[in-house]
Amino acid sequence: MVPMEMQIAASRVLPTSGLGADFWATQGQNLLMAGIAIVVFIVIVLLIMYGADLIRGRGRDKITLIVLIAPVLLLLGIGLVYPALSTTWLSFNDVSNEADPDTGIYTTVMQFVGLDNYRFAFTDPSTLRTVINTFVWMVLVPLLSTGFGLAYAVFIDRAKGEKVLKSLVFMPMAISLVGASVIWGNIMYDYNQVGEQTGMLNALRSLVGLEPYNFLTDNPWNTFWLIIILVWIQTGFAMVILSAAIKGVPVEMNEAASLDGANAWQRFWSITIPSIRSTIVVVLTTITIMALKVYDIVRTVTQGRDGTDVVANRMYVLSFVEGREPLGAALAVILFVFVIPIVIYNVRSLNKVKENH
Amino acid sequence: MSVTMPPQRPVEDDNPKKGGTRVSRGSGAAKKAKDRLTSPWATAAAMIIAMLWTIPTVALFMTSLVPGSRYRTDAWWTVMADGDLTFGNFNQVLFDSFGDNSTAPPLLEYVFNSIVVTVPAVVFPLVLGMMAAYAFAWIPFRGSSFLFVLIFALQVVPLQLALIPLLKLLGPENLGLAGEFSGVWIAHTIFALPLAVFLLHNFVSHIPREVLEAARVDGASHTQIFFKIIIPLSLPAIASLAIFQFLWVWNDLLVSAVFGSADTYPLTYPISNLAGDYGQYAYLVPPAAFISMIIPLIVFFSLQRYFVRGLLAGSSKG
Repeated sequence: MVPMEMQIAASRVLPTSGLGADFWATQGQNLLMAGIAIVVFIVIVLLIMYGADLIRGRGRDKITLIVLIAPVLLLLGIGLVYPALSTTWLSFNDVSNEADPDTGIYTTVMQFVGLDNYRFAFTDPSTLRTVINTFVWMVLVPLLSTGFGLAYAVFIDRAKGEKVLKSLVFMPMAISLVGASVIWGNIMYDYNQVGEQTGMLNALRSLVGLEPYNFLTDNPWNTFWLIIILVWIQTGFAMVILSAAIKGVPVEMNEAASLDGANAWQRFWSITIPSIRSTIVVVLTTITIMALKVYDIVRTVTQGRDGTDVVANRMYVLSFVEGREPLGAALAVILFVFVIPIVIYNVRSLNKVKENH
Repeated sequence: MSVTMPPQRPVEDDNPKKGGTRVSRGSGAAKKAKDRLTSPWATAAAMIIAMLWTIPTVALFMTSLVPGSRYRTDAWWTVMADGDLTFGNFNQVLFDSFGDNSTAPPLLEYVFNSIVVTVPAVVFPLVLGMMAAYAFAWIPFRGSSFLFVLIFALQVVPLQLALIPLLKLLGPENLGLAGEFSGVWIAHTIFALPLAVFLLHNFVSHIPREVLEAARVDGASHTQIFFKIIIPLSLPAIASLAIFQFLWVWNDLLVSAVFGSADTYPLTYPISNLAGDYGQYAYLVPPAAFISMIIPLIVFFSLQRYFVRGLLAGSSKG
């Protein structure tokens, strides 16, 4: 497979500066195509649904059921379940291109190699580093986001202007990871060896007389500075969910504790925290999964340099830039193994919810 | 990605305890209990968090106004003190070129790509998810629970696991849709379905049974019930999920990078590339990043209620 970045470079040789008639023609065409796709899609759905409705007798409900669930099952089967199994199989193989001695035509040959790709992942120092880094992300991001989110939710609970204060911290949720990476990488962490410090954090350091610090190359701390970016985004999520849970704690419990002489801090630890414990678990697991899969931040800020690479980014580079797909597949499976406990926990609690329902 | 919420967990809008809270607000003991965790320290900490979470975005905007000639050497506050801030970068990035003048297209092209990628990628999974959600909630059939749990579990599967085979399936040897908008739509639709089915099912299954049974007794078919009762009643849930999916697709980088091409890349792609470059065009990155944030921020602030409701309905995705 030709590395994707090279294909892009090749397709961009013509000067495209400025907006000509071509530009508007292309954009118009694309928008029109999107519009037509939506209309056609909805018309097809309506035709099939009402078509099934024309059937008389007992078959109608059955056909309708199939019409309703078949698209989702097909798409998920072909697009998610089969690919997941196929990736897992690929991770136990090696792929090579071999030329037919007679015709000279190259064919792709898969060869079973057992755990070789996994051995590589855990012995190659730079790849092993990505696994370790991913683990650090998985631990720190949920803890810090939930910690900040909970503290903030408690501090501003019933405060004046609570809604506005919430929006401020929640806002980064609307920003892409790429945007947030630009904000922190280029604006906050920027480091100049000569001249004025243009990054805000280094400018602050200079202001108090400290030497400027290169946040993004100082290994292993640079991983921590990247983690802050995701914490900045996820704290709002934790805060909103936890705030709703805190508001659901029965006020009578707080009253009783208050009459018994418990101060706000004691009530927080002995009433609020136990009451919202299950919500805290939900928030922690949700953010853990998020942290595991994130590759945008590393790709945008350091592109994996200076020991900051994570499994998700390495998987992308191996599979789609370097063309070493079996290794990429092994890394994807490793990511999946990290979430298996969460899958099991989730399915269990779903079944519990269903039983109660 | 999602996690089930415990059933007793309160939801903002229909929290039965909320009324009780309001009633007991007057009594002295309640007032005492309502003493917030207030100390000057707590207030100070909240203020610091609020500032830390706001200043970086403001700083991005200010930095996008720094002219290229001074970007490397002067910070925005110095440039501002000199009165040299300019909107010129926005012009250059949007209409001239984002990066090298001879090779890089203007960012406006990517703005359009983002729109073309996002709108269908929101509509498709919503419609299909709604259909399946109704079937799972209200049409009993064998294997229903098993399939639903399977779909639910799929939410947590890292999409990395599906990328390579799905790209081959959509690629030139098979469907030939990789690199086209249609390929990106299909990929986004597939990855959105588990969450869509789960979230909408939660909502649809709480529609009162009597409403549907009355319609069945009157001889309404599933198709009629779906269009005349389920869809109108589910509009709040549909709105929540639509906003969710909109922000998710608009801000996505991975799916677009893998399934797209130079003809389809959305805003995140060139910004991510140029941002990691730290080269002579670095000064174009902040205005571009700011442009990419405008539409999601407008959507977010105007429809925040629905977005929060979607989050509280029990899921989040990543």
